[in-house]
Amino acid sequence: MTEVLRVVRPGLFTTIQDLGRPHVIASGVPPGGAMDRFAHSAANMLVGNDRGAATLECTLTGPTLGIEGPFVIAVTGADLGVRVNGDPAPSWTAIELRQADELSFAGRRAGARAYIAVAGGILGDRWLGSMSTYVTAARGGMHGRPLVAGDVIVCGEPQSPPVIGDSIAPPPYADHTLKVIEGPHFDRLAPAAREALFSSGFRVSSRSDRMGYRLEGPNLETTAGEVLSFGLVAGVVQLPPGGWPILLMADHQTAGGYPVVATVISASMPIAAQLAPGDDMRFERTSIEAALEARAAQRAALASTI
Amino acid sequence: MPPRRSTSRIRIHPLGEAALLAELSSRLDTAINTRAIALAAALKKRRDVRQAIAGAASVTVQFDPDQITHEAMAASIRRLAGKRPPIEEPGRLHRIPVVYDGPDLEATATALNISVQRLIELHARPIYRAFLVGFVPGWAYLGPLPDELVLPRRSEPRTQVAAGSVAIAGQMTGVYPLTTPGGWHLIGRTSVKLFLPDSDPPSLFRAGDRVKFFPVGQ
Repeated sequence: MTEVLRVVRPGLFTTIQDLGRPHVIASGVPPGGAMDRFAHSAANMLVGNDRGAATLECTLTGPTLGIEGPFVIAVTGADLGVRVNGDPAPSWTAIELRQADELSFAGRRAGARAYIAVAGGILGDRWLGSMSTYVTAARGGMHGRPLVAGDVIVCGEPQSPPVIGDSIAPPPYADHTLKVIEGPHFDRLAPAAREALFSSGFRVSSRSDRMGYRLEGPNLETTAGEVLSFGLVAGVVQLPPGGWPILLMADHQTAGGYPVVATVISASMPIAAQLAPGDDMRFERTSIEAALEARAAQRAALASTI
Repeated sequence: MPPRRSTSRIRIHPLGEAALLAELSSRLDTAINTRAIALAAALKKRRDVRQAIAGAASVTVQFDPDQITHEAMAASIRRLAGKRPPIEEPGRLHRIPVVYDGPDLEATATALNISVQRLIELHARPIYRAFLVGFVPGWAYLGPLPDELVLPRRSEPRTQVAAGSVAIAGQMTGVYPLTTPGGWHLIGRTSVKLFLPDSDPPSLFRAGDRVKFFPVGQ
């Protein structure tokens, strides 16, 4: 019998994600993949998977999944209130589930995106080298769409034993400070706007999704207009003429012509991935050296369990 | 010795700790775009480079900071940019039918201070170059537009633009391959599919291709 997860309730927006398809950006296809790479990788490592195996990315409201077959799973990322058969269950550690168990989520307490990894990995449609769901093109994962009730999720064969009992510490999600390096067009900001970018906070708008977050705050004026279109990366902070910045996330446009005033460093991207509409956040300037140190520290935190 | 090209005007900026933007110029120019495409191709061959994508007049390079520093990567970019690019073959020619009835057609003509008829004539006249494929799957930045059609982007992007919309902004024109957000002026639509999800590469247009629009009735 194939071991599967049956979707009883899908949650608000639950998609299959891996580490994406960064090699196809030259055709304009977003790199995609898990928004919070740290939580995604941690969940996989806790159940003995390669960090690139596909997981379920659950947004704000988690799904209810019926378990068919014995399973080892791990839930990481946002605290959406994990329950097994109605009882609280731990996050950031592997848990063993039995036939007919039910995994559910009681409600969001902190963060925006939880990740469910299953020993053996979740299997979805592979498109351009990745199982990541890309809803805009209706490709990858569960037929290019979020889960719906009645979906059957197939899992792979476990490759190596999970690390039962071990846990990984989450990043400091509660501190909504995103560290940034000044962007290529920072000097196009009017002097007052340069100050405001770092001294004022922003609020994540309701018009925020896997492509990017619109940030509401002070109006940031630029002294010059458009830039010739150029290739973009996740984490860049674009400034359209309206004066409110957009932070580009995993399903970001691959190129654009708005000035880029800052880029969020890799180590702060998991924090960004856990921001929900309505959350307040701020940018803090850092150096490339500090960004490289933070990147190494995060990698060490991931590797510390195995 | 082949003549060396001036690299002094290249401006290189960090995009976070693992990427760089190398701006070759601030002008939209076919020769510069050809250099950018050649530079991206040369960078992609390096083991310490993860991705390199040519912009209209730039290259965005994602690299592995465990293997190379920002400074060394920037020096490599300057060295590679100084090499003479290969002679470019003319790109494939695509002829794209357009119904000129976009929601911004009249407002755009008014803003440009020309008639709608003149706008259509000017837009359908040139053979454009695909300077860059990107933004969303299958989108190509086509240009340069005739000077009379140059207009800044909309101040507030639309959250939804219909697939097939033909649009202009700045010195560029393009066709939205999917229904997505967008900040350009919508002047028409086409039924040609630009995003080919089951092909590899999944885009009808490739950087360096040539595109000619022609007006058709409803």
